[in-house]
Amino acid sequence: MPLSPREIDQLLRLIAQTADRELNCEECLALVAEFAERQLSGKNLAAGLQAVEQHLSVCNECREEYEALRETLRAMDDTPES
Amino acid sequence: MIRDNATWVAQLRARHEPAVADLREALVGNLRRALVDRPAANDALQEDAVQEALLRILDRLDQFAGRSQFLTWATSIAIHMALGQLRRRRWSDVSLEEIASQAHLPQHIDNAAAAPDDLAHRQALLSALAQAIETELTERQRTALLAELKGMPQDEIARQLGSNRNAVYKLTHDARKKLKRRLEAAGYSAADVAPASIS
Repeated sequence: MPLSPREIDQLLRLIAQTADRELNCEECLALVAEFAERQLSGKNLAAGLQAVEQHLSVCNECREEYEALRETLRAMDDTPES
Repeated sequence: MIRDNATWVAQLRARHEPAVADLREALVGNLRRALVDRPAANDALQEDAVQEALLRILDRLDQFAGRSQFLTWATSIAIHMALGQLRRRRWSDVSLEEIASQAHLPQHIDNAAAAPDDLAHRQALLSALAQAIETELTERQRTALLAELKGMPQDEIARQLGSNRNAVYKLTHDARKKLKRRLEAAGYSAADVAPASIS
């Protein structure tokens, strides 16, 4: 089963975005809460958090988890405190 | 009860029962929000994920650096657990060897709409990429990279390789670095590769 055009594009994108030094998934998980809060508040990323952004660009699973966290934080912001 | 980060950590470290109960309640609510669009994430899965997350959080309080709200950090772990369970469930019956052995680059691009020059460029890039995969990657790197492209989660790849997620990440990272260097040696910079669409 040949890779689909979409999968080939994804591979090329991943190769282009590959950095010599990348966080692994555990390292990303340790930092993603801070990253999500800063992104949602519009604050600049601290130096270490740029590596989170790079990891999220090449790791579908961590990106899925980050997006779920971001949406959860947004929903919490929209929920009136009881 | 509203707690600051230091209070959360101190009370959980002491296994203060009301704090553990409040954390559990917060994680249940936050996971429900996080998984609202995922019907496969039923109550049992969410309960399992909260339990797994609680154990991990209590075990790793020292790793909370205090640079976010404590509940945001805890929720990130609960989401990690829940989505990991969902992915493993979805892919547990799929053979890694089978999916990787069947995945390969097509020989030719079939895109009648592309301009001849574009098509030639894309065909050359595809050939260089296929050659790089063939000559640069180890069997495990090729297997993990292709399976991941097909959507198999790293946890499941790791399980079938008898490894762990971080080791699989290193495997695919090393594979991507090799392919990048090989394409660069063939004259394709990252900028050349990134916008090029084979489709």
